[in-house]
Amino acid sequence: MIPAIMFYVFAALAVAGGVMVISARNPVHSVLFLIMVFFNAAGLFLLLGAEFLAMVLVIVYVGAVAVLFLFVVMMLDINFLKFREGFLQYLPIGALVGLVLLVELVMVFGSWAFAPEIAAGLAAPTPDAQTMNNTEALGRVLYTQYLYLFQAAGVILLVAMIGTILLTLRQRPGVRKQVVADQLARSAKDTLEVRKIPSGGGI
Amino acid sequence: MLQVGLAHYLTVAAILFTTGVFGIFLNRKNVIIILMSVELMLLAVNLNLVAFSSHLGDLVGQVFTMFVLTVAAAEAAIGLAIVVVFFRNKGTIAVEEISQMRG
Repeated sequence: MIPAIMFYVFAALAVAGGVMVISARNPVHSVLFLIMVFFNAAGLFLLLGAEFLAMVLVIVYVGAVAVLFLFVVMMLDINFLKFREGFLQYLPIGALVGLVLLVELVMVFGSWAFAPEIAAGLAAPTPDAQTMNNTEALGRVLYTQYLYLFQAAGVILLVAMIGTILLTLRQRPGVRKQVVADQLARSAKDTLEVRKIPSGGGI
Repeated sequence: MLQVGLAHYLTVAAILFTTGVFGIFLNRKNVIIILMSVELMLLAVNLNLVAFSSHLGDLVGQVFTMFVLTVAAAEAAIGLAIVVVFFRNKGTIAVEEISQMRG
């Protein structure tokens, strides 16, 4: 009873947030609604028993991706209202495509069934929740069967990190920066001179 | 109605995915909203994967969700970096203006 109610609450809020993401006037509001969608999706994940992924979703999506969006939206000085011109121009075609897609998806849902032998072919059966929690079970699969893919995912993140730094790094001319090597390479005799001043003679 | 099964989750995911597709059409000029719509679509795919994983009792769906999450994070970072660089060079991020590579 309570899980069903929670499901409907999470699902309704996620869908409503999704609609607001694409229809909000202000992109900052869009990002905040996106955060709401992520939180509610994390709730749905919890209801499905994927606790680890729910927490990862909150940490990675809300904590990193959404905040990144927020930074970019707020840093770029853009008149976003200009983008709203012709907003309704694409509404019919977009609605048509969306409707066709939704009908297709619903038709697919109505006409499929699991193969009877699927229970015998599970790649990594979920262990009993009483004996092992979700995080441990996921780790046992991830670090054994999917170790190489896991490493590849790390490489993807590394490439993304390097690429992002490379893209946004720029050498601005005329900026005076501290060069530690130059400072350390200075010696006293390059910069200091001891003069003997005769008394009363002046320099 | 009160018995929530696989079909309920798949329906929510389908609606979210359609919302994402619709958002791309609706906000054709604003590349940041388009990126957010792509995130919505990836989230819907994740929801599908986790729903099937939970229903079948197979953990592989959740493992794949992790990988989708990784790729989505990398994609968002690279995409936003490109947007920032483009804005620095052109002073705008309107999608129509991004046509330099057109012959």
